[in-house]
Amino acid sequence: MKTETLNRQDAEGLRDEPLVIGGRTFQSRLLVGTGKYPDMDTMVRAIEASGAEVVTVAVRRVNLDRTKESSVLHFLDPKHFFLLANTAGCYTAADAIRYARLAREAGFNDFVKLEVIGDEETLLPDVQGLLEAAKVLVQEGFQVLAYTNEDLVTALRLEDAGCAAVMPLASPIGSGLGLLNPLSIRTIKRRLHVPVIVDAGVGTASDACVTMEQGVDGLLMNTAIAAARDPVAMAHAMRLATIAGRAAYLAGRMPRREVAMPSSPSKGMLD
Amino acid sequence: MDVVINGENKKISAGVTLLELLKELELDPRAVVVEHNRKIVRRAGLGDVTVTDGDAIELVHFVGGG
Repeated sequence: MKTETLNRQDAEGLRDEPLVIGGRTFQSRLLVGTGKYPDMDTMVRAIEASGAEVVTVAVRRVNLDRTKESSVLHFLDPKHFFLLANTAGCYTAADAIRYARLAREAGFNDFVKLEVIGDEETLLPDVQGLLEAAKVLVQEGFQVLAYTNEDLVTALRLEDAGCAAVMPLASPIGSGLGLLNPLSIRTIKRRLHVPVIVDAGVGTASDACVTMEQGVDGLLMNTAIAAARDPVAMAHAMRLATIAGRAAYLAGRMPRREVAMPSSPSKGMLD
Repeated sequence: MDVVINGENKKISAGVTLLELLKELELDPRAVVVEHNRKIVRRAGLGDVTVTDGDAIELVHFVGGG
């Protein structure tokens, strides 16, 4: 009963539109990865706790010795989640295109989280290769969600190339450093028409909240949940933080000022 | 007959189709995507493609990732 009341209040407090990417509508603005979990059972429970509908997966060789089941689909029902295949690990446009085509052939959808990595240490994107791959994949009918850095001009070029969403990073993949450049993220959001999903770098719930407060359309994370001491509890926290950040953005924060303003009336004080 | 499957050298029976190869490897054709000499072979066409000596075959699926 109490939960029901809270949920009604949540719905009342958040007059929002659903997230629409490439013609698909999603209720949750939190998208999550499926990598690096201590075990598959924890992964499944964490993803459920996150409330995410979109889950990312990677394309890799099957294990030929068949000693263990390694497909993530053995544990996650593709009827209940929207599978977003990534091209993680690809360092050239040609490789990313190859992985995207293989992913599409699995037969779930034509969405791809496009990554073309340019540097091994920082995993920062190769924006030239990214644009090249995005153009080819858009031409082939893919809905491309492009993982990029927080550079406005690259984001604009990706939108021009026909990407369904642009996904600038908060900070490097797996770093947990949080949102390093809020101004750039806000600028990208202000200038683009396609959804902006911040992908990578969130470390804890406050990072998720502050990122959503910039007005971006969504948030994608993996390590922050998977590498938490209790991934299921962190997934829950991330769900709430994403909703809270979005609600605060829609509410419109008070202006910042550098001097104090009393909250109580200055009139009516005793002599 | 020698082929390369997922980067490993393998000996397989001569004249098998990709579909028969999957069966030999105990893989469900609905659960893998097949690339044959760099070309994706659609699921419905796996029985039409015969593997020949020296072919390179990639068998992929979805794993956990971010």
